[in-house]
Amino acid sequence: MAAAGLNPTKSFQDLILTLHHYWTDHGCVILQPYDMEVGAGTFHPATTLRSLGPHPWRVAYVQPTRRPSDGRYGENPNRLQHYYQYQVTLKPSPDDLQELYLGSLAAIGIDHLNHDIRFVEDDWESPTLGAWGLGWEVWCDGMEISQFTYFQQVGGIDCAPVSGELTYGLERLAMYVQGIDNVYDLSFNGGTGDGRVSYGEVFLQAEEEYSRYNFEAADTQMLHGQFEDAERQCMALLEASADGRPMVLPAYDQCIKASHIFNLLDARGVISVTERQSYILRVRDLAKGCCQAWLGTAGGGAQQGEI
Amino acid sequence: MPELFIELRSEEIPARMQKRAAEDLQRLVTEGLASAGLEFEEAIAHVTPRRLALSVSGLNKSTPDIKEERKGPGTDAPEQAIQGFLKAAGVTLDDCEIVEGKKGAFFVAKVARPGRPTPEVVSELMPQIINKFPWPKSMRWGSGQLRWVRPLQSVITTFNGRTVQYEVGGLTSGSKTIGHRFMSKGPITVKGLKDYIYNLHLANVVVDASERADTIRSDARKLSARHRLQLVEDETLIQETAGLVEWPVVLIGDFDSAFLAVPPEVIITSIKSHQKCFALRDKEGHLANRYLLVSNLIANDGGKKIIQGNNRVIAARLADAKFFWDLDKKTALESRLPELEKITFHAKLGTQRQRVERVEALAGEFGRIIGADVDNARLAAKLCKADLVTGMVGEFPELQGIMGAHYARAEGQEEEVAAAIAEHYKPQGPSDSVPQGKVAQAVALADKMDTLVGFWAIGEKPTGSKDPYALRRAALGVIRILLECNLRVLIVDSLIPAYRRVCMSSDPEALASVDETGPWRGKNVPIDLLELLEFFADRLKVYLRDQGVRHDLIDAVFSLGDQDDLLMIVKRVDALGKFLETEDGVNLLAGVKRATNILRIEEKKEAEKPEARRVDMTGKPLPNLLVQSEERELNRAIGAAIANTERSLLEEDFEAAMRALAKLRAPVDAFFDKVTVNADDPNFRENRLKLLNMIRTATEDVADFTKIEG
Repeated sequence: MAAAGLNPTKSFQDLILTLHHYWTDHGCVILQPYDMEVGAGTFHPATTLRSLGPHPWRVAYVQPTRRPSDGRYGENPNRLQHYYQYQVTLKPSPDDLQELYLGSLAAIGIDHLNHDIRFVEDDWESPTLGAWGLGWEVWCDGMEISQFTYFQQVGGIDCAPVSGELTYGLERLAMYVQGIDNVYDLSFNGGTGDGRVSYGEVFLQAEEEYSRYNFEAADTQMLHGQFEDAERQCMALLEASADGRPMVLPAYDQCIKASHIFNLLDARGVISVTERQSYILRVRDLAKGCCQAWLGTAGGGAQQGEI
Repeated sequence: MPELFIELRSEEIPARMQKRAAEDLQRLVTEGLASAGLEFEEAIAHVTPRRLALSVSGLNKSTPDIKEERKGPGTDAPEQAIQGFLKAAGVTLDDCEIVEGKKGAFFVAKVARPGRPTPEVVSELMPQIINKFPWPKSMRWGSGQLRWVRPLQSVITTFNGRTVQYEVGGLTSGSKTIGHRFMSKGPITVKGLKDYIYNLHLANVVVDASERADTIRSDARKLSARHRLQLVEDETLIQETAGLVEWPVVLIGDFDSAFLAVPPEVIITSIKSHQKCFALRDKEGHLANRYLLVSNLIANDGGKKIIQGNNRVIAARLADAKFFWDLDKKTALESRLPELEKITFHAKLGTQRQRVERVEALAGEFGRIIGADVDNARLAAKLCKADLVTGMVGEFPELQGIMGAHYARAEGQEEEVAAAIAEHYKPQGPSDSVPQGKVAQAVALADKMDTLVGFWAIGEKPTGSKDPYALRRAALGVIRILLECNLRVLIVDSLIPAYRRVCMSSDPEALASVDETGPWRGKNVPIDLLELLEFFADRLKVYLRDQGVRHDLIDAVFSLGDQDDLLMIVKRVDALGKFLETEDGVNLLAGVKRATNILRIEEKKEAEKPEARRVDMTGKPLPNLLVQSEERELNRAIGAAIANTERSLLEEDFEAAMRALAKLRAPVDAFFDKVTVNADDPNFRENRLKLLNMIRTATEDVADFTKIEG
């Protein structure tokens, strides 16, 4: 099923390329990763903002995902503070979205006549984005390989039409199809002998260093300051947008930045339980502001002259 | 008789919502039919992860014809009123009769509406039901407006085998469905329930959820037996897995036996809660390194890949669990206590650390009262929440307590302490048992009582159906521990120090009525504690009523005042109940009531007199005025009864107290039979009223007989 020359069951990059081919064939724009630190592929403006407003939109991309608290100094075979998500957003969600998704699994070598594929209830919510949706986690032989969500609200705003969002955890999927138990042993490039490059060769050092940074070294005072700066800049840009000089996308970047800084502070253990909630609310307010402002732009479906 | 058949096919319905949805569909359709005047013989609803199905059989082909008469305005009414009436009734003047009434002639419209074809009724009813279906959580999808639990994909409605036409949410009703997602191809045409079940079975869908559960249950047992293992039965898990598959296939997997070093509860919980798999035991009852999984597929390779995949996931899960187990054991429970400071128990009641300190003190006090080892009770209480900050409980919150006990044993604590940590949350529901050992009982009581006292102090009591902190359950837990373990605790007295401690560690702003007190056994105690006791009284009534005890008997005992030893209250209620089942009891009750009634009437009469001329009914009757033998006999019997009940009550022998009272029955009966209370001679009257009052006095130490019905 995979495109000629690609071997998604032997190579991490071929897995990605196979998904790119598959979703290209189903009308998706293939974007490159967003160039900022995010905690989930959903944060990419191509999903967060584009899922609002009336315009149809089909997109697929890989998004590096940073979860500072999930770092394990490269010692845990399953947990990473930096990993890849494959994100597909189809708006409006097509009637055959489940079939399309199952087709993508077949393309990467998960054959549904020998594997037990199940849609298990899992409602999705992002408190920082003020977003939620209903859907499932998809199980393959008892392992969660994807998140499948019908977006209902983003930034507190109803999604109409509704987007269908598919998120594949790429490392986990690759481990599954390659039959590998330790993420660092994954074949990255499908090469053999000297030509073989493992996931560990690419990322092990990074996991060790970033775990140190996330848990021990990140300058929390500096981060506190950066959070405030990002928040201030975001609000200033939203004000300017409201005054007719739209800078919604730059404002949203600042919101993403604040969210990541919050995750770093959280990993450093300097945020108390009560503070935690207020930080989340502050980021959510930024996200809501950006989403509102987006609706006033052409991308968000506003007619010219209407804000 | 014709059958109405409905199938609503959607993307996967969450397992926990399926049963209710099938019931709702049946209810809404049958109610809708009934309100159109359609009766039916049988309704059967089914649900799978991907469909709701309903058959309503024995329906008529149309609704009954309706004939009714409607009274209209008088014949002399203004034309406008008459036209309005005709319009509203949907008739013309020709359909009306003129009837002569008392106030003149008026119109009566003869309305006759022929019955409507059932399919027509159904085609109007179904879109309404689908549009307003009561899912606990629903969603929109695509560009549509319809809300369903997940996207609705097709709608079948047939009547007598023919499609009932309607449109809803962009779908057109039809008669075709599909089978199993992976094991079936092509559409299946449906006429009614019987062929639906049959054809879907051929298409690898078991429509009936209980049949799927039966298959899982029996296949799981068979497969275990074949491997000489025993299934760890779990009906909830069977029901849940039956809601996750349309065609259950039970397979057996395994894991590295090195993981068996982890406590069995952890393994069972891990494979159950994350993977929906069943644990197995060997012949000796030890957990085996094998497990059962329920798949939704007859795989081409016989399930090899499915088992392999599940084995890997289970191995990763258990590796996580083992990691937590090994890591957690490196830190002593006691050194985790500072971590509890980071957990807020309740914004107004401080942190878990503060709470643990209070529970520790209270467990020591309860330990002394119920005769537990006080040091162990305090130690167990101090450690009982420490597992909340372990990695394992972070991962599996349902193992709180159980893990604490494992870690306590691992660090060499006494078994009594470990068991108390495990059991201090008990009983967690009506089917759960109470803690076994005294130390565990002391800690369990302290844990619940601290919660209750705390929430009472900050004024957060349950109201109506709202009980967010499960305080009713906590109180019921206390009641069950005290009664089932035969523990005597004076609730109010024992909680006074606990109340003081709560006040010291809580937000002072939140303590609304902290300075208010009320009388209790001759002293003043915080009003909150008296109100908490009332709450216990209410809960006790509910608890006893569920066991068939008459609530009036409980009232009769509480009404004595100063009652806060629940065990003694129940014993007294018990003795009273038994007494009232005897003939002596029933007659004495009647006698006491009669005496009380007379006294009430006479007291009222006296109250109307000037104070100086009022007769005093209290005090002892004068022996020289007891002229009739029945009076003298009653007086003697009362004296004996009072002395005997007093002694028995001191010994807390309520049965004996009742027996002493029973001796009054014959003299009371004889007295009412032969003696006139309201004698003409005021001296006799006063003396006899005093005698009646003595009857009341003799009984009121045992129970308040006026509260007893009958």
